[in-house]
Amino acid sequence: MTNSRFFVPVCCVLIFAVLVGIGFIIPQWAMFLATMALAKGLVALGIVILMRAGLVSFGQGLYFCIGAYVSGLMANWTGITDIVLLSILGVLVSVILATICARLLSGYRGIFFAMLTLSLSMILYGALSKMSIIGGTDGLNVSAPTFLGYAPEGRALGFSLYFYTCLVSVIAGGLIRVYFNSERGLTALAIRDNELRVEYLGSSVKSAISSGYIMAAAVGGLGGVIAGLAIGHVDPEYAYWTTSGEFVFVAILSGFFSITAVFASSIVLEVVRSFSNLYFPNTWQLVLGVFLLIVILLLPNGLGSLFSKRRRKGGSE
Amino acid sequence: MDLLAVILVDGLIYGAWLFIVSVGLTLTFGVLNILNMAHGGLYAIGAYTTATAVGIYFANGGDAFPLGSYAVMVFSALLVAVVLGPLLERGLLRHFYDRDHVVIVLVTYGIFLILEDVMKLIWGVTPLFVSEPYSLLGNVEMGPLFYVTYDFLVIGVAIFAGLAVWYVLNRTRQGKVVLAVIHDREMSRTMGVNVNKVFMVSFMAGVFLAALGGALTAPMISVSPGISVNVIILAFAVVIIGGLGSIEGAAIGALFVGIARAASVHMLPAAELFIIYLVMAAVLVFRPEGLFPKTEARKI
Amino acid sequence: MKINYLRAGARFKLTRSAGLFALAASIISGTAAAEETFKVGVVTFLSGGAAESFGVPAMNGGKMLIKMLNEGGKLPAPYDQKGFGGLTIEAIEVDEAGGATKQVQEFRNLVQREEVDTVLGYVSSGDCLAIPPVADELKAFTILYDCGTPRVFEEGEYEYVFRTASHAAMDNISLAKYLKSRGIKADSYAGINQDYAWGQDSWADFSAAMEQYLPDAEQKTSLFPKIYAGQYGTEISALMRERADVVHSSLWGGDLQALVLQAGPRGLFKKSQVVLAAGDHVIPQLGKKMPDGVIIGARGVNGLAAKPNGGELLETLWAAYEEEYGTFPVQAPFRMWQAMLGLKMAVEKAMAENGGKKPNDEELAAAMTGLEWEAPSGTIRMTLGKGHQAIQPNAIGRTQWDAEKNAMTLVDIEYYSAECVNPPDGIAAVEWIKQGLPGAVCE
Repeated sequence: MTNSRFFVPVCCVLIFAVLVGIGFIIPQWAMFLATMALAKGLVALGIVILMRAGLVSFGQGLYFCIGAYVSGLMANWTGITDIVLLSILGVLVSVILATICARLLSGYRGIFFAMLTLSLSMILYGALSKMSIIGGTDGLNVSAPTFLGYAPEGRALGFSLYFYTCLVSVIAGGLIRVYFNSERGLTALAIRDNELRVEYLGSSVKSAISSGYIMAAAVGGLGGVIAGLAIGHVDPEYAYWTTSGEFVFVAILSGFFSITAVFASSIVLEVVRSFSNLYFPNTWQLVLGVFLLIVILLLPNGLGSLFSKRRRKGGSE
Repeated sequence: MDLLAVILVDGLIYGAWLFIVSVGLTLTFGVLNILNMAHGGLYAIGAYTTATAVGIYFANGGDAFPLGSYAVMVFSALLVAVVLGPLLERGLLRHFYDRDHVVIVLVTYGIFLILEDVMKLIWGVTPLFVSEPYSLLGNVEMGPLFYVTYDFLVIGVAIFAGLAVWYVLNRTRQGKVVLAVIHDREMSRTMGVNVNKVFMVSFMAGVFLAALGGALTAPMISVSPGISVNVIILAFAVVIIGGLGSIEGAAIGALFVGIARAASVHMLPAAELFIIYLVMAAVLVFRPEGLFPKTEARKI
Repeated sequence: MKINYLRAGARFKLTRSAGLFALAASIISGTAAAEETFKVGVVTFLSGGAAESFGVPAMNGGKMLIKMLNEGGKLPAPYDQKGFGGLTIEAIEVDEAGGATKQVQEFRNLVQREEVDTVLGYVSSGDCLAIPPVADELKAFTILYDCGTPRVFEEGEYEYVFRTASHAAMDNISLAKYLKSRGIKADSYAGINQDYAWGQDSWADFSAAMEQYLPDAEQKTSLFPKIYAGQYGTEISALMRERADVVHSSLWGGDLQALVLQAGPRGLFKKSQVVLAAGDHVIPQLGKKMPDGVIIGARGVNGLAAKPNGGELLETLWAAYEEEYGTFPVQAPFRMWQAMLGLKMAVEKAMAENGGKKPNDEELAAAMTGLEWEAPSGTIRMTLGKGHQAIQPNAIGRTQWDAEKNAMTLVDIEYYSAECVNPPDGIAAVEWIKQGLPGAVCE
């Protein structure tokens, strides 16, 4: 059944229906938490794309920040508040930037790739901190988004944002699943195993990595647009290394087998962080650190390994 | 004293300090292949331990022989290394050696988070001061400027630490064993090298250097929460500029950043925040693996 | 300053199990709020670089005041009623560390999940800018108690958000006024400020004010080290080379302490008159290590500058704080106190109008608008930003070590009335300074 061409779309529609259904019953704070978790999950999804090729970007905060600032500045300068338009713009700018960076990055592997991406992100952080005209380190506020002309307020606004986030997350997840199953997507796994072999077989490792990186940037920018609009404030912290580290954590937590697991991990992390911050105001870092170590120790292949055990036994890996 | 000389002296002092706080990081990466994010935390623990120990020293008649406080500082760093080194390496890190690099980076990040709160639980948030060792050696007058002699002591320690690490690695039998392990763990193991021991001792050395950085810095600052974060970023930058795992690289990188920063403060102060990123970006564009890249055998 | 971990744990067991249950069930919304308590979410730095100097002293001062209020009758009138208008105050502590993004999420959690009646907090100006739009969206009564950026009410207009402390412009205006009125030699001045919004704004305000009061003074180098840099050797060399008569700095916390420790032995304090815009809070820690003759402000008549004014309210709180924490209160607890006392007045005013019920957010906001109350730091008046932004008097003094008492004291203190150093409503602070401070009323 998993090989049927209808499998992915059907799954997407089902998941979307369930998510929206949940949206009707959960309290507002949980809906906001879910919106943020999905937005951050999108960014982590980008890291998972790269992880399949054996690379980890420690600088996805770069695109998260670009997306957020594009939506923030567009809203402030041009008055565009339509979330669809802002999403497209955010993704576009991210993709353009990523195309340039990919040329530099695609030759590097392992820790060097991680460190290079981290440095790029920190350079953006430094540059934004210096630009007092757009708020410097304090950042700037972003007005509430509109949805194709619909301008909700209060709970309706929260729900609309949640609805939109679910929609784009499911679409992005579905498309990436299709990509993973495609010939080009499977090349990534082969690169992870042995990239020389891939080269000998006639595929270009560099171009596979570049396209993976650009896709990662696209979802990263998308996540940034949503997060910026949901929070209502953007600042250079979006590009700080700790922000990027959080995305890497979500990606490691989920593993690279399941896309659903990425969003699930993101929600788990948000919940743990939110509650530990409130119940242990003085030791929440300790709680988070211990949680991180336990997860890495006990789930070597991530949450995804729990979800997709059956599928892996079936031999699709 | 003309501007150039001031820039050189200031750059050298800052560069020496940068080298001490980052050499442990590059050593740990060189031997164990671990990019240790907890480095900043270990630095802070070194500073806290020193502040406490030197405080106790002076409270118990240390005034009679104030120079003894320098021995107390080194001893504090050793204590941190002996206690935390084996605990972290044997207790935690070794379980992750077969995992991806980045997973280990995250593990050390977890350790960093835990250390932050552990320090708060042990020492609270009230800052500690141990400025006695800083002013003990008096001042040096250079033209119209006064420098504190302690700053030059830091330069001395940096040179000594760098040379010592280099000598041990390249000129002693144990050092050659370490180099063999760096080059090929499996082969070393088959040749009868106790790789686990090499890892533990090297990690301890890395912790010691981190803690020593903290110990030397403690008299100049107020030891309080939050001092660890800044050091990680600086040490990372220096190590990336120099080339991950290279001692010489860390030295050159630290000097480079130190002088560039001093030049910026004196001539273009608005750019100070940016200077370290600029140097880093320039090095990464032209030599992405740092000034002294670690050569790695490629296995097919 | 011991942090009470045990209590935090105990509270977890008692009141939080309900929250966990709510999460598990995911459907409970709108639990019945207990009428007898008034829940305040208190947000400030409990970890990181700002914990030691601002967050924890403020939290300590706040906890102490809440305890005293809940016991009732500890403070002089009009603060002698128990709790807030008879309601027991319950505080929920939240760590402000982690950036504005995280704080917006925590704010929503406090309002919607914990259903607090008021959120009182925020030291970081980034957080103070990010929170107000959300507060208005959720219609949640919110008090910003500490942050300094003037941008909050200059750029925005909010219904449910109030700031109970002056913004930072008055700190630097007062410094320039002090230099002029005391006839301090200031033919040239240089600055060392952190490279982020607070430091950049402080330097801009100070140099603008200097142009007004001492137009002949020559501006020399302005250094901008990174926040939490900790190493100032190079900067000190640069300042010494410049030989400016006055060196201005708005550094705070560990950075300021490090600067004083490193600049002292190198003679900076002897060669230049150092002026510190917010320097009072490092005196308890530095003690004798703080040189004599440094001109310092406290962002209001706070700490040592407030002590000479006396008064029962100040003496009571001062003594209680000293007894509890073994050190005297500096600006951070003072700002927390003025926020909480203002909140108390607003709650009680609203209750007097609605017949004694626990007030809702609208009633609180109406009561707080344009409110005026007495705090240990003087009279606080909500006059700016359409009655949402406070102005308060300020003071500048000079450090002097008192060998007899074995304590640092402030001498030559000059006090400035609120209208003298704060802009009138409707004009941005920096514009006001540049126009020559029109409409300033000085005694």
